[in-house]
Amino acid sequence: MGFKDKHLLGIEPMRPEAIVEILDLAENYVQLNRSQDKRAEALTGLTQINMFFENSTRTQASFELAGKRLGANVMNLSMEASSLKKGETLIDTALTLNAMKPDLLIVRHPQSGAVDLLSQKVNCSVLNAGDGRHEHPTQALLDALTIRRAKGRLHRLSIAICGDIAHSRVARSNIILLGKMENRVRLIGPSTLMPSEIDDLGVEVFQDMRTGLKDVDVVMMLRLQKERMDGGFIPSEREYYYRYGLNKEKLSHAKGDAIVMHPGPMNRGVEIDGELADDINRSVIQEQVEMGVAIRMAAMHLLARNDKSGKHG
Amino acid sequence: MKTLLTNAKVIDPVTETISDGEVMFEDGVIIPREKADETFDCQGQYICPGLIDLGVKVGEPGERHKESYKSAGAAAAAGGVTTIVTRPDTNPAIDTPEVLEFIRRRAQEVCPVNVFHMVALTKERAGREMTEIGFLKDAGAVAFTDFTNVVKNSKILLRALSYAKSLDALVIGHPQDPDLSDDTSATSGKFASLRGLPSVTPLAERMALDRDMALVELTGVQYHFDQITTARSIPALERAKENGHKITAGTSIHHLTLNEFDIADYRSFFKLNPPLRSENDRLAIIEAVNSGIIDVISSFHTPQDEESKRLPFETAAAGAVGLETLLPASLQLFHNQSVSLGKLIKTMTLNPALLLGLPGGRISPGAPADLIIFDADIPFILDRENLKSKSKNTPFDGQKLQGKVRRTIVAGKTIFEC
Repeated sequence: MGFKDKHLLGIEPMRPEAIVEILDLAENYVQLNRSQDKRAEALTGLTQINMFFENSTRTQASFELAGKRLGANVMNLSMEASSLKKGETLIDTALTLNAMKPDLLIVRHPQSGAVDLLSQKVNCSVLNAGDGRHEHPTQALLDALTIRRAKGRLHRLSIAICGDIAHSRVARSNIILLGKMENRVRLIGPSTLMPSEIDDLGVEVFQDMRTGLKDVDVVMMLRLQKERMDGGFIPSEREYYYRYGLNKEKLSHAKGDAIVMHPGPMNRGVEIDGELADDINRSVIQEQVEMGVAIRMAAMHLLARNDKSGKHG
Repeated sequence: MKTLLTNAKVIDPVTETISDGEVMFEDGVIIPREKADETFDCQGQYICPGLIDLGVKVGEPGERHKESYKSAGAAAAAGGVTTIVTRPDTNPAIDTPEVLEFIRRRAQEVCPVNVFHMVALTKERAGREMTEIGFLKDAGAVAFTDFTNVVKNSKILLRALSYAKSLDALVIGHPQDPDLSDDTSATSGKFASLRGLPSVTPLAERMALDRDMALVELTGVQYHFDQITTARSIPALERAKENGHKITAGTSIHHLTLNEFDIADYRSFFKLNPPLRSENDRLAIIEAVNSGIIDVISSFHTPQDEESKRLPFETAAAGAVGLETLLPASLQLFHNQSVSLGKLIKTMTLNPALLLGLPGGRISPGAPADLIIFDADIPFILDRENLKSKSKNTPFDGQKLQGKVRRTIVAGKTIFEC
């Protein structure tokens, strides 16, 4: 029993076996991506459309590269500049694209639930590349792969997620995924950036970074978005860095071999010390980017497979 | 012509009791039992005063494509609502005697049920200057409210309340702290956190309630809170009532029968204002209905067209239609033994009538013959396409419900039967 769904909208509905199947397949693609000839054929002849209703360079590039390496015809639509400005609704845009018969839609949208809504209106597979504050499943999967490779396992680890949890879809997907794989998850951040009743999801919440980091195996930092600083969520960048910025001293409370992760893009000197981010002995940030392409290849490969078996079976 | 409705289970909202009996009326008014000219056999079904739905949005002026007085009237008749009390959150707002005059005439021409109008408390519902409360009252306004546009400036609200008090006008407030609730679409808690929806603490209701109650104490105005939906508001409300302030409270049928988890995968038909609450809140509100702390249940009928709802949850319009589901949805509370039938009917008939000073809402000689006959048990699955409202945005679509109106009588005339 692996990953059988038509869409990949979030980690929440996935079973652990489905997660493992994606990670295992991604391992193959890591090897492929490190070889000279990076071509594969899982998406040959298929059309992949990247619809990004929110600015993104890194994630969009990652999906584009993943699709091209699998042989898909990839089209990038920058939705910010397009028809929505002319008053077209999300659903009409979806129906219009649907009529062009794509096989795979990769969608990012600034509102929670928007990708889910869109998936109900199209015939092809939809992959959620981030919806509002809700989920960003491929990020959680690539983080899981990075952790599994660095730690040799993806269970019974103690993992701290630090920073702006409230506005982070990365945090939500990670909390759910890491919980499903039976890890202990700690959330560290100021209470203004913590979602309400989040401890109901089986996580421990800390306001103090040093206590929270004590003996953890993995430290995941989140990006503090500039608009939060103006929104009165924190008093100032410098106080935030003093209390929640990750540096060598705070990291010393974690296990000696703890790894440092960040989904990018980083604000050096706001949530993470620049030198630490570049420390190849502790930081796996570059590896996360590498795993990103492999995970997206695996996820799209399986979606194409599921869609095909859905049509024939 | 004296008409006798016989063989009925008569629900008396005054005593909250049900007894086998009959009702007689002549020339649109209920009269004592005499010799009948015609008799109608109710076949053992319930008879009660027609429902009075306080807080109905009709899209006139401005949004007639969502609901007109004609379609709202048809929906009300089918739902057993014999009196609708409309909201002023139209476009433009109903904030001058001229606009009020216009819509009163529209309603009288095309609407088969009784219609009363609430009007804006401040001009354009903008919270800056009070409306012509005196002229509007003379022109027939039954209450003054800015509905969801809460008056932020307490000084302006204080003046409006004080002025309203001098004219014995009823003011209706929407208890939601506006700063906390702006740009939110769910109640904070586990559900909103999981779904990543911008959310408002349930205490935003209590905060607004506390402010408004202080101003009521100061001015002595008659004040009604339109929708109390959270547990933490109840003790404060109870104290204010015990202290003898002229305060009453209502709630919506949706908050009594649904909770935040019904939103599930971002179903925008469940986006309401205030947002759906936790199950604990829902149970506390039911308890408050039973204890009489909450006086009125209404549907807060808010028609929205497909375009306004077929959007991501955060941007979708809030509100649900309710004229045709008010009775069957509230009967859920009777069937699952949350609230007695007598109490339920009282909150939808006598209590709103007393609040607004209307003659209906009771079955006694002299009262208008606005009556409904209904079968409380008949099961059905709601299909939103069968609704008479122009807008079909009901959260009960596809749900199993029980109870249907068999006959709706307004001023002695049958306007609906099935």
